[in-house]
Amino acid sequence: MITAGCDIGSLTAKAVILKDGNMLASEVILASAQPERSALEVIRRAVKKAGITIEDIEYCVGTGYGRKHIPFMNSMESEIICHGRGAVWQVPSARTVVDIGGQDAKAIRVDEKGNVERYVYNDKCASGTGRFLEIVADSLDIKLDDMGAISGRSSEKLTLSNQCVIFAETEIISLVNEGKEIADIISALHQAVANRAASLARGILVAPDAVMTGGVAKNSGMFSALERALGVKLHRVDNPQINGALGAAIIAMDTLELSKKKVETVRAVAIN
Amino acid sequence: MFVAGCDVGSLTSKAVIMKDGKIIESVIIKSKARPWESADEVMGMALSKAGLTIKDIKRCVGTGYGRDKISFIDEAVSEITCHGKGARWLVPSVKTVIDIGGQDCKAIRMDDKGNMLKFITNDKCASGTGRFLEVMAKVMNLNLDELGEMSARSKHPISFASACTVWAQADVIQHLNDKVPIEDIAAGVNNAMASRMSTLANSIGLESDVCMTGGVAKNNGVVNALEKHLGIRIKRIRREDPQIAGAIGAALFAMEKASGGVI
Repeated sequence: MITAGCDIGSLTAKAVILKDGNMLASEVILASAQPERSALEVIRRAVKKAGITIEDIEYCVGTGYGRKHIPFMNSMESEIICHGRGAVWQVPSARTVVDIGGQDAKAIRVDEKGNVERYVYNDKCASGTGRFLEIVADSLDIKLDDMGAISGRSSEKLTLSNQCVIFAETEIISLVNEGKEIADIISALHQAVANRAASLARGILVAPDAVMTGGVAKNSGMFSALERALGVKLHRVDNPQINGALGAAIIAMDTLELSKKKVETVRAVAIN
Repeated sequence: MFVAGCDVGSLTSKAVIMKDGKIIESVIIKSKARPWESADEVMGMALSKAGLTIKDIKRCVGTGYGRDKISFIDEAVSEITCHGKGARWLVPSVKTVIDIGGQDCKAIRMDDKGNMLKFITNDKCASGTGRFLEVMAKVMNLNLDELGEMSARSKHPISFASACTVWAQADVIQHLNDKVPIEDIAAGVNNAMASRMSTLANSIGLESDVCMTGGVAKNNGVVNALEKHLGIRIKRIRREDPQIAGAIGAALFAMEKASGGVI
C-alpha cells in the first residue's frame, strides 16, 4: 500500500511517500507563488526518488496553508493534526510538539496515538516565527542555513529588548553599529524567537517528552535556545521539516486501511 | 520670562519656547543617533530663531523617550503627562487624547480639570504606531503626506488579514504586484492604523472631546478613518502643530514651576 502526504507551506513545499508504513522518499522544495505548481513539482520529485509513478499512490492527503490548491490529493487535513501524528510516529514518547514554521508557530499536546488534545497557534504576529530569522538574515546578509553554526561561535551574551520584529530589526542594526559580534547578535536573536514561541507553548502546559518540528528546528542554535526557553529537553527528529507531510501520509494510510476494512466488512455481510 | 520644553522622541525631536504663556518659537527636527545630540540641536535652533541663548531660559522641562539624557533641562516629566497637558492647552475641552508617536501610541483620559484619570500605551508592537505607516510608505515609494492624502480617492480599500507590520508589508507588496490601485492600498493602510488605534483608545473608554496629537495627527487619511472606527468626532488641533503637543506640555510645566503657581 503506497500513500503520500503533501504539505504546502508559505515558504517550502514538502512531500512524503510511505509504503506499508515505511518511508520510501521525502522531498522539500522552495514554494513558488503558485501553490499548485509547488505541489506538482514536489510530488514529482518525491515520486522519482521513490522509484514509483504518481499512479502508484493509492491515497494522498494534503495539508499546509496552500492545501486547497493541491491538484492530486484525495482529502485534506489541518496542519495541527498532521504535525501531531507525524511527531508521535517519529518519536513515540512525544506528548508535546512545538512547530515553528516560516510564517507561524504552533504548540500541540498529543496522546500516545498522536491525536491532538489541545493546541495554540500564532499566525498573527511575525515574532516567534521563522520570518523573524529570515528578515534578520536578510538585513545582515547571511544565509538562513548558516545561522545555527554562526550562533555556535557566540562568546558574549546579548539580549534583545524588543519583541516586535520591526523594532528588533532596528535594535540589531544599532548593535552591529556598536561593533557587537554577529555571532552574539544571532545568538540573542535565537533566544528572542525561542522565548516568544515558548510563551505561546506554555499556553498548553508543555508535557514531556517534547519535540521540535518545522524547518526552524534544523537550526541548531534555535533548537538549544528553545530548550532553554522551555526548560525541558527536546527530542531531535531526523527530518523536522517534513513532519507535517509525514503526518499527512500516515493519515492517508489510515484512511485507506479503514476504507479497505469497510469494503471487506461489506463483502463479508454480502456473502453471508 | 522665557521658558522652554524639549521633547526628544525616537524619530523626531521638538523644542518649544514660551514667553508669558505664548509660544514664540517651535522647531521639529529628525532625531539623531544620540538623544543628547538631538536635544542640543533642536533647542539650539529654537533659541537662535528666537534670538536667545540658553541663559535667557528661566526653566526648561524635558520629555520624550530620551528625556533623561538631555543636558540642559531642569526637570524631566513623562510623555504621558506632557501630552495631556499640551493637548488641554491646545483644546481646553479635551477629555481623551490619542497620541501616535514614531514608535509608540498612547491614549489618555482626563477629567474636566485636566487631571489624568487613565492611560494606556503600546510600545511593544509596531502596529498602530508611526513606524507602521513609515514601513508601508517606504514599500509604496510614497512620502508620509502622500500616503495620507491619497486614501481620500479610494473606492475599494484593501484589508489586511493581520495587524502585524511584517505581514501587512508582505500583503502590500503582493497588492502592488497585482496592480491594485495605489489609493486603495493607501486607504487600507490608513484603515489598519485606525483600527489598531481604536482598539487601544476604546480600552480606556472614550469621552468627548477627543483630540489627536503626534505627527500622525497631520495625516487626514488616518484621522478620518479613526473617526469612522470610533464613531466619534475628533477635534482637529489648528492652533499649533499637533506634533509639538508634548513639548508644549513640557514648556507649560516649566512655566508653572518658574512662576511658582498653576496657570
